[in-house]
Amino acid sequence: MSARLPLERRRFLQLLGGGIVVLVGLGPDALQAEEAAHLVPEDFNAFLVVGENGRVTLLSGKVEMGQGVMTSQAQMLAEELGVALSAIDVVLGDTDRCPWDMGTYGSLTTSTFGPALRAAGARARSTLVSLAAGRLGVPEAQLLVHNGVVSVRGVPEKSISFGALSQGARMVRVVDQPAVLRAVATFQIIGTSPVRLDAIEKVTGAAKYAADIRRPGMLYAHLLRPPMHGATRTSLDVASAERLPGVTVVHEDDLVAVLHADDESAALGLAALRATWALPDATLDPDNIFEHLLATSPEPREVTRLGDPMAAHKLAVRLFETTFHKGYVAHAALEPHAALAEFSRGRMTVWASTQTPFPTRDGIAKALGLPISAVRVITPLIGGGFGGKSAFGQAIEAARLARITGKPVQVAWSRADEFYNDTFDPAALVTIASGVDPAGLVSLWDYSVIAAGTRGTTLPYAPPNLRIRSSGKLFETAGTEAPSVHPFAVGAWRGPGANMNVFAAESQIDIMAAALGIDALEFRLRNLTDARMRRVLQTAASTFGWKASTTPAAGGRGCGVACCIDAGTYVATMAEVQVDLSSGRVHVLRIVCAEDLGLVINPEGARMQIEGGLTMGLGYVLSEELRFHGGEILDRNFDSYEIPRFSVVPRIEAVLVHNDTLAPQGGGEPAITTTGAVIANAVYAATGVRMLRLPMLPARLKQAMLAQGIH
Amino acid sequence: MKNPMHFQLNGQAVTLDIDDERPLLGVLRGELGLTGTKYGCGAALCGACTVTADGQAVRACKTPLRNVAGKSVVTVEGLMHKGKLSALQQAFIDFGAFQCGYCTSGMLMSATELLHNTPHPTRAVIVGHMERNLCRCGAHQRIVMAIEAAALQRRQLA
Ligand code: FES
Ligand code: FES
Repeated sequence: MSARLPLERRRFLQLLGGGIVVLVGLGPDALQAEEAAHLVPEDFNAFLVVGENGRVTLLSGKVEMGQGVMTSQAQMLAEELGVALSAIDVVLGDTDRCPWDMGTYGSLTTSTFGPALRAAGARARSTLVSLAAGRLGVPEAQLLVHNGVVSVRGVPEKSISFGALSQGARMVRVVDQPAVLRAVATFQIIGTSPVRLDAIEKVTGAAKYAADIRRPGMLYAHLLRPPMHGATRTSLDVASAERLPGVTVVHEDDLVAVLHADDESAALGLAALRATWALPDATLDPDNIFEHLLATSPEPREVTRLGDPMAAHKLAVRLFETTFHKGYVAHAALEPHAALAEFSRGRMTVWASTQTPFPTRDGIAKALGLPISAVRVITPLIGGGFGGKSAFGQAIEAARLARITGKPVQVAWSRADEFYNDTFDPAALVTIASGVDPAGLVSLWDYSVIAAGTRGTTLPYAPPNLRIRSSGKLFETAGTEAPSVHPFAVGAWRGPGANMNVFAAESQIDIMAAALGIDALEFRLRNLTDARMRRVLQTAASTFGWKASTTPAAGGRGCGVACCIDAGTYVATMAEVQVDLSSGRVHVLRIVCAEDLGLVINPEGARMQIEGGLTMGLGYVLSEELRFHGGEILDRNFDSYEIPRFSVVPRIEAVLVHNDTLAPQGGGEPAITTTGAVIANAVYAATGVRMLRLPMLPARLKQAMLAQGIH
Repeated sequence: MKNPMHFQLNGQAVTLDIDDERPLLGVLRGELGLTGTKYGCGAALCGACTVTADGQAVRACKTPLRNVAGKSVVTVEGLMHKGKLSALQQAFIDFGAFQCGYCTSGMLMSATELLHNTPHPTRAVIVGHMERNLCRCGAHQRIVMAIEAAALQRRQLA
């Protein structure tokens, strides 16, 4: 059979080593049709290899950037295949070995890739069982699988291990019968929280990230960046840099780099470059950007309409109209983008910190004019992504330099490079006109969003008259190209758009509740028919100890609530804050977050994602707003750009609402999207001041309090 | 200056004949091949590069090599003792005190210094001590719990 395989597939199988390679035909149940066009080889994916030593290699294009998918994917496979978790080796994000994947974002690993992986495991198990039936001479129905051993029911000594089954010539099994997944009640590995597979390496310093890869003869490169976006270079003097010992200067079109065998010498060489620039006019800043967005964005187009929103405007007994704002936010993963590229015998191998190994591979091939088959991207562990590492400029830079110099080249962005090149979460505006009927129920929801896209605009409530309009590019996919309305690149940022949309919607709900004199939780429950959301809210309320209240406190202490549906997950969050009335500083005292994310593969991992998301969220809610002047990024490091620190982080309690009958839903993003509203609502409860713009910087809150006579 | 300089690194004697003005971080990660210590900001703002020198936490990105001459430097790679994880390393695993793990080396080294100098830290002291170590994944509350647990365990062993 292997003689007839096309070359691509033969190389691919060689890379996978011996044993049983389980290639799975992708039915519509496995992966989406749009992915089918990219599959290597052709129409089959190898998800796993059962080695002759009995170890199982899991192959996945989904990468580990802290969210724990190395472990949760291994759990899913171990469960379905019938092996111990410790028998699994995981290979992630290697484009030569792993099944094609569009990227790790959108909280999709468990919900979308998970079913395909589990199906592959289940199909592999049934293949192994049928092989065992032949070897043991008993019908399949009499066989059991446990810990990688197939044995005859009631005759445990009559058995054969997966390793033994895979010995001898390599077999390629194309498994296409329907998968029979294990029943939830029989799970032994799914639903538990084993020690993360990457734990030991992460506490011992052995964990390798892209900037930790070393190749013989490698050079470190530092690149010249313009002082601002939109600047053009008018002169370049490389003479003094070139005089430094060991320095190589590369200058090719837009690419100007200084390379050296040690990192700091390359950086010093960069500092010795002299360049002059023609700068574009800079008028935009964090305050006037909203006017600019309003003026330059295309007319919002209607996305959803229900009932008769126009008539409902007239019929509402009370109308509420509010506009909300949010500034640009940086990803600021602690690991800046890094890549090491090596060009050898016509093949380019790039180790890159990327959330999108396959698009990165394709992007490198395109930029260098290489065939896709000549490029391999290998993804080591990633030091945080949050959407920012969907962009892969550093990998292209490293690949270009490796080809030009003929040496392995590392490009590891400095923190200033990272801020300069970031694809920021866009500044955005939302305007909502909402109304209530005589019964006090939400009767109208007329929603218009500029620059944040529509993720997060689907309400958990069901107003009979609804209109959603949206203007500007959506960031629900990996697209990171800057739309012209922004002065620099913007892109997907953990829960893209939903952070803004949920902040606006759930603040508006609170505004209505307060105006009607109804407790914020009670108002939500009255307007909710969705049992899943009611249950999640009630769980949050009882864990938090929610006390109904209809008037804001005077002393600066108060509680808020917000809920949403994101990535299929239901979220309800409650927070208590203490506002320092003299400074306007918000101290978050505690947060409770309840989530129903369907079947949970790894409960501790899910809780960590909730805690991490809410912690990160406190940044864009309280302190993070990119400072810029036109295309000049003024924030270049963590001195001026304030991400949440230990003293900011309250006690966060994550509660998982059991719902095992529902397939797993997204876990990485949903919680963070509630942070804006839950804190803004708590600040209102604490002060009576309604903050309509994020972040709620102390000076802004102080000013708003003064305007209301609070000091 | 090019001077042969000596220091201890994770218990081993090291002699280097390189420019001793270079920051320790690049030397550790480059010449010495210890990549566990991370670059996060290059400006002593994030703590990812924290190592200890004679028990004192220092930011390797802003520490010239000459500053550690004659000292005993410990990096994350030197925390294991006789093949066993330190109490802090074990507690970080037990409490899930990391996600991406990129801040972890620096967190462990800052916390190691803390427990060395203050065996019985209160929660407020832990928070105050760790304040200048940044974590973008939001592992903070678990890091604090892990440090508390490691402190407790050291006390029980003592
Ligand atoms: S890299 Fe040294 S403190 Fe950030
Ligand atoms: S675990 Fe990722 S930065 Fe701390």
